Amino acid sequence: MTAAVSPVRGKRLGGRSSGLRGYYWLMLALLYLPIVLLFIFSVNSNTTLSFPLKGLTIAWYTKLFATPNLLAAVGRSVVVALGASLIATVLGTMIALLLSRFDFRGKGLLTSMAILPLLVPYFVLAVALLILFRAIGVPLGLPTIAIGHAVIALPYTTLIVLARLIGFDRQLEDASMDLGASYPATLRLVIIPIAAPAIASAFITAFTVSFDEFALALFLAGKDPTFPVYLYGQLRFATTLPVLIATAVLLMAGSLTLILAANRIRQR
Amino acid sequence: MTAAADRLDPGAGRSSDPRRGTFFLLSIPAVVGLALFLILPILFMVALSFRADLNGTLLAPFDPTLKQYDKLFATGSYWNLLGISTLIAFGVATIATLLAYPLAYFLAFRAGTRAGLYLILLLVPFWTSYLLRVMAWKLMLGEAGVINSVLLATGLIQHPLEALLYNRFSVVVTLVYVWIPFAMLPILAAMGRIDTRLHEAAADLYASPWQQLRRITLPLSLPGVIAAFFMVFIPTVGEYVTPLLVGGTGGTMYGNIVQAFFVQAANWPLGAALSVIMLLATLVLVIIGIRIVQPRRLLGQ
Repeated sequence: MTAAVSPVRGKRLGGRSSGLRGYYWLMLALLYLPIVLLFIFSVNSNTTLSFPLKGLTIAWYTKLFATPNLLAAVGRSVVVALGASLIATVLGTMIALLLSRFDFRGKGLLTSMAILPLLVPYFVLAVALLILFRAIGVPLGLPTIAIGHAVIALPYTTLIVLARLIGFDRQLEDASMDLGASYPATLRLVIIPIAAPAIASAFITAFTVSFDEFALALFLAGKDPTFPVYLYGQLRFATTLPVLIATAVLLMAGSLTLILAANRIRQR
Repeated sequence: MTAAADRLDPGAGRSSDPRRGTFFLLSIPAVVGLALFLILPILFMVALSFRADLNGTLLAPFDPTLKQYDKLFATGSYWNLLGISTLIAFGVATIATLLAYPLAYFLAFRAGTRAGLYLILLLVPFWTSYLLRVMAWKLMLGEAGVINSVLLATGLIQHPLEALLYNRFSVVVTLVYVWIPFAMLPILAAMGRIDTRLHEAAADLYASPWQQLRRITLPLSLPGVIAAFFMVFIPTVGEYVTPLLVGGTGGTMYGNIVQAFFVQAANWPLGAALSVIMLLATLVLVIIGIRIVQPRRLLGQ
């Protein structure tokens, strides 16, 4: 590669990039290998997850839909994730509005509090919430998991909405208020609609964070497990594993679609 | 936090501030939510760690005691495990950051117009089920797993290696795998802000690519590297799911002890004390990290 002048960033750096390119593809292959492996075992007819492979089958996928406990666990995960992302998105949007539109004492503290769940180990948060729920007599169940997930999703929702609110033209708000709109009306008619893609994206992100979450759910789940907790409980039983992997492959495809959708929406 | 409506924007700080009502409308749920589900639980946890036992309800008054902390300080194995967890996290963060650096370099300087696509390809595994990705490593490292099957088939070994799974090695490998795409992001962010004209100037002055890397790219991307290190290091110290799945008895980390105290042994006050120690350790690490990284500088403000 010669050092020709080019508008493309980095073209002028010179030197060979084939080594780096090779490294990139090698790492990419390593990152995808375990996922590909899961997919292979989800269509392999052998019940034990080992080599050599036996034959192609979709039996695990059909069996999946005939396993009521499994479907119930997935259903619970959906309910928990909807609740958690609703709470996290509403609170996150409020905090993002406070941080971007108001000056007040304790702003630094509010920022730290909103970010804190990202830094504290999940088991510490889980232990703290478990103690609280027991102290005030709240039985463990789907609501307790949802609250835990709302807490850990809060930093994500706050930051996503905040990025959007910081990025847009404040003059639109001033214009709205100069034209006689009250601040709540401005919020409703100008700010929220402009932030809507970020709010939607925050909701989807929170949903995927919650749906897959295991570390907190293991502590906070009552008798009815969410899908990751159910999955963990079933890992001991080798015979059910292919069905679980098939479920996970479907869910992975689903959550990937959601994430890509969230990105699309945010970039609008 | 709430007693500050009169300190709104200076520009909007008239006595009849039209945003005053909105401020309270927004701040009350936010403050109540954070107080109820984040601060209150942590306070309850700290309080429980000063209790002698779990007799009576958790809301009943009790005589504070340092019994749990005495026990904790007297038992070397907890500190040992905290030390091991910190070492594992240090190793994982170092390896993940080193492996991520060339990836970020490739994306920032060599990937050209396709950099966006290459970035998304790297991040896709990060968005798939954590539990399943960790479990997939069992399929990789297990006795009848991929690595053993390949080694057996090629005749390099006669019997499957058992040392691959259920120990610290498997925990480190799995965690590094999980963190690489994440560690790459802050490095890439730091590299994205490097003025490429610096490279051009250096090249014009006959600096070799190696010299450019050492004198320009490395120093200027260092804040991103340190940020990446801490972003992996801090959560890994408190990790318990990965050791639970691939660690076996030999790969236990600090979080697993706490989990056992709450889920199996039911010694809640001691478990709470152990959690408080972890919380303090984490906060100290965060403060050190912020001091070194200086997020404002990283964000380019």
